[in-house]
Amino acid sequence: MSSGPGGETGFPALTAAAAEAAVARRRRRVSRQGVTRGLAPYALIAPSVVVIGAVLGYPLYLLGRLSFQQFGLAELILQQGPWIGLDNYTRLVHDRQFWEVVLRTFVFTFVNVGLTMVLGTLIALLLTKLGTAMRLVLTTGLILVWATPVVVAVNIFRWMVDFEFGVLNWTLTELHLGDFLNKDWFADPLTGFAVITALVVWGAIPFVTITLYAGFSQVPDELVEAASIDGANAWRVFRDVTFPLVKPIFVILISLSIIWDFQVFNQIWLIRDGEPEEDYWLMSVYSFVEAFRLGEYGFGAAIAVVMVGIMFVATFVYIRQMIRIGETR
Amino acid sequence: MSAVAVPRRRRSRRRTAGRVGWNALALLVFAVMVFPVYWMISTSFKTGQNILRDTPQWFPSPATLANYRDAMDRPYFWDNVKNSLIIVCAVVTVSIVLAFLAALALAKFNFYGRGAFIVLIIGVQMVPLNALIIPLYISLSRADQLNKLSGVIVTYLTFVLPFTVWTLRGFVMGVPRELEEAAMVDGSTRFGAFMRILLPLVAPGLVATSIFAFIQAWNEFLIAYVFLNDQEKQTLTVWLASFTTSRGTDWGPLMAGATLTALPVVVFFVLVHRKIAYGLTAGAVRG
Repeated sequence: MSSGPGGETGFPALTAAAAEAAVARRRRRVSRQGVTRGLAPYALIAPSVVVIGAVLGYPLYLLGRLSFQQFGLAELILQQGPWIGLDNYTRLVHDRQFWEVVLRTFVFTFVNVGLTMVLGTLIALLLTKLGTAMRLVLTTGLILVWATPVVVAVNIFRWMVDFEFGVLNWTLTELHLGDFLNKDWFADPLTGFAVITALVVWGAIPFVTITLYAGFSQVPDELVEAASIDGANAWRVFRDVTFPLVKPIFVILISLSIIWDFQVFNQIWLIRDGEPEEDYWLMSVYSFVEAFRLGEYGFGAAIAVVMVGIMFVATFVYIRQMIRIGETR
Repeated sequence: MSAVAVPRRRRSRRRTAGRVGWNALALLVFAVMVFPVYWMISTSFKTGQNILRDTPQWFPSPATLANYRDAMDRPYFWDNVKNSLIIVCAVVTVSIVLAFLAALALAKFNFYGRGAFIVLIIGVQMVPLNALIIPLYISLSRADQLNKLSGVIVTYLTFVLPFTVWTLRGFVMGVPRELEEAAMVDGSTRFGAFMRILLPLVAPGLVATSIFAFIQAWNEFLIAYVFLNDQEKQTLTVWLASFTTSRGTDWGPLMAGATLTALPVVVFFVLVHRKIAYGLTAGAVRG
């Protein structure tokens, strides 16, 4: 399970490696036994399968079941909820707030993924232009950011945009960009989301940049040089030579970014001190508030099911690409 | 001669000018990216007076450790450090043992259902934790595991185990089969070859994967926040929220606490991030 933008410490490294392999277009030949060696492999995977089934499979099933039940605090104590069919979903469809939240989540995801990919690509291209020493400096900085836990990052950004003593308001005022003294960035959801977007994109850039750079460095220099000699400008070289070669990496990175940014929760929850105003609700927050603040577990589960369904599309693209580049052979 | 040399020199001069420009741009990007981290560390060493100033102080002078003392003296700090460590160690141990077995199966055997298992392992890592928290909460409340470290440990396996299986598989595949076979030809048993050849060669991968699992579990916030009610049961990431009260936020101690929380993660991450990428690449390009 991914831990979200900025917290994606685990999986990305693998993707980076997978992506490199994809560009090199080298297919690993798994040394296989050729024949199944009886029950041994099943015995080896059995413990993991059992645990994954218990901690992931069963909760997923329960989530689906809850979404068809009237399940509130009373039912939590009784440990049993009456079956109400599609009522939770009907309520969802007729809930104006739900559609606002869905729209907001889509816009948020689109903006964050877009900014992450554009900035990540530009910085990765910048890395290819640098000498060894400078590249090491920038890479080290990126890794430092990558390593920063999300919870810590949220607190840093909260402090930087503090309305009274935050460094941001002072800097913007000093730069004569307007009067930002005592500006409360969260009074207006638009500027509030600007801060949250900055936080999410800042945390997500290092992974995208480092993975893309790994891909770019696999593109043969001869191809780029040949294109330049033929008179192609930098943009044409990128569009017609580099990009097609690293396209599999882009597909993987975009689908992963969509998955992560679509489920952003911690950043919003913590930057609003655990009480985000309704204007700040994304789907994950909405589901959480319904379940754990209002005790509407069934309704919250229905929202979560819709979330999982939407994310399934991005996941599908991701897995298909992983299979296509041979990472799963 | 000169006709060739002149354009070349001009070209190299242009290239040098370009290099300076790119370096300057890189420094700017570096500064913007690293600034928040710098600001956290710098704030953590400032005196209270210098933190709450109309004009920010760029370097902490005089530097003080008062914020760190304050953070560590807060109620439950050491309890929460202990809880974080207990949870993380248990999660890492269980996942590494289970995942290593599964990784052996994936890397060394061809069996019916192997592809399906791999897709399952990748797929479940994409299920949002936020969506699962409701059923997990209800399951744990039925099992009377709320507000208990054991409940959180089991729950953390949802996101640590699949990722660990996937990573370890890469490391096991990186060990050439020929080495094991050579040992077996030399009279070693299959188990002997495993102990003397495979295990030592996979050991660095096991360490790197453990550290990555450590980082993931250490950073987790939501589950600990929802499932652990008592302050003395909570973990460090939840503890950081205690610096904000209705009277405002104690920025100095909070930044000191944030630095302390991030420190082990950053150190570990810098140590192993290359290792993880290398281990997988090694597995991926072999053949």
